Amino acid sequence: MYELGDVRKGFADGSVGLDGVSLTIGRGEHVAFIGPSGSGKTTLFRILNLTLRPTSGSLRLDGVNVAGFSGPDLRRARRRIGTIYQRQNLVGRLRVVHNVLAGNLGRWSTLAALRSLARPKDIDAALHALAQVGIPEKLYARTDELSGGQQQRVAIARVLIQDPDAILADEPVSSVDPTLAVTIVTLLRDISSESRKTLLMSLHSVELALTYFPRIVGVRDGRIHFDLSPDKVHADMLEDLYAGQRDEQREIGAMRRGVSPFGKACRPLPGFTR
Amino acid sequence: MARRADRSPALPDKSSFPYVLTAAFAVTFALALRTAQVDPRLLFDRQALTNITRFVRGALPPRIDAEFLAMLVRPAVETVQISVMGMVIAIAIGLPLGLLATSSLTWRGVLHERITGVGRRVLAFVPYGTSRALLSVLRSIPEYVWAFMFVRAVGLGPFPGILAIGVAYGGMLGKVYSEILESVDPQPLEALHASGAGKSGIVLYGLFPEALPHLISYTLYRWECAIRASAIMGFVGAGGLGQQIELSMRMFQFHEVITLLGVLLVLVGAVDLISGRIRAQVVG
Repeated sequence: MYELGDVRKGFADGSVGLDGVSLTIGRGEHVAFIGPSGSGKTTLFRILNLTLRPTSGSLRLDGVNVAGFSGPDLRRARRRIGTIYQRQNLVGRLRVVHNVLAGNLGRWSTLAALRSLARPKDIDAALHALAQVGIPEKLYARTDELSGGQQQRVAIARVLIQDPDAILADEPVSSVDPTLAVTIVTLLRDISSESRKTLLMSLHSVELALTYFPRIVGVRDGRIHFDLSPDKVHADMLEDLYAGQRDEQREIGAMRRGVSPFGKACRPLPGFTR
Repeated sequence: MARRADRSPALPDKSSFPYVLTAAFAVTFALALRTAQVDPRLLFDRQALTNITRFVRGALPPRIDAEFLAMLVRPAVETVQISVMGMVIAIAIGLPLGLLATSSLTWRGVLHERITGVGRRVLAFVPYGTSRALLSVLRSIPEYVWAFMFVRAVGLGPFPGILAIGVAYGGMLGKVYSEILESVDPQPLEALHASGAGKSGIVLYGLFPEALPHLISYTLYRWECAIRASAIMGFVGAGGLGQQIELSMRMFQFHEVITLLGVLLVLVGAVDLISGRIRAQVVG
């Protein structure tokens, strides 16, 4: 699906987003990205969903180098990648149905988009997508009247309508409580498996990443620190990854003692007692 | 985003702008006091008081006989018509130009992070800069002057008034529309953009829905201003209540002027009432 060759990204203010990232991700793979905040995860995701253009290096999408794409080619490539954000990035004043159907905007003509605002096109598809995320009754609710968790479900339904090949979720559960976090992570995982979509997720919680993903990529200072299956990730590597980050060190310490904020939803991890 | 070098953040530059501004204001105020001949005593000298008394005496009681009131119906309706038609033209001019003048939609911000290189940036800037320049030309010429020119062009009557409001208010609407649209939270727009939506899709499903209450609210406020403006423009022969006010003033019929101002007050009040209803519908 993705092939990154020595991707670098510098910003105008002189800071470095990515400092040489090489990575291959197969079609249908599930990968979690962890690392301290400011490590470059968001920059990496914004390059992967073609919002940012890498300063140098190659970015191949199914063998085609899309790093320099622009115009209609770029739009077509973007259509194949669905993104879910930490803040749901929905339009609060629109009804849920329109936010969900906005997943079609990459395909619709201006006229079709305008018509659908007056009379929603494809209501069945929207309803089906909302049923998949568990809130079909909210079809005509105003989006800003929903709770944070419900809005995140609407964002997932929008991606389902977009029907991309890959789903990129950048910290999708950082602003919800632990129980809901587990629900949303598993929902995204199940939906991606069913439709054989690639799923890339950056996570604040090491425990969620290690429990629900078969491949863990540690990112620090714009570089890949490790790229392993969860059973090979050891407490020492995590402490190294999060060196100087008090909150995460505390989480790793708690995991060593066998304490989980997610309860039974997270299995005991190798190298950790429970 | 790792910093290339760890350095302590620099103290933000102390700006001298507020001090310069304060000094400039003080100087301007002092000069204005002298040269603009601000002298409240003038209001209370003998000649002024006599004139004011004459005006108030002449104005009371207002003329409200049936014949005069019947004569006012047509100009009053005409004033409303001028303002409505003028606003239609103003929106037709202001909306497209306002969209082009929205920087977050045309050349910078999250939707344009892939535009690199000076050449492409300049190219994206051209429609933005052009529309902004055009908008400031349209709105810096007062509607009164526009009306004066249009009367010369198309003759007396309501039509030059409509054109004047359309052009001058088109410039104001476009400027304020672009500012409202630029203040919309860009993150939902980024999400649409990342899913492959084009500019029109982003406008229809992101910008407009988020900005709608502000856009409508400002347009309604401008409509209220248009009623007042269309009354003034009658002075240069562009129809409406203004023409009547001008006539009565020139004939020293102050008791008619008072009635005419009363009618204007009622019109503005009615517009305010209607605007309030619409606003409550949209914002609620």
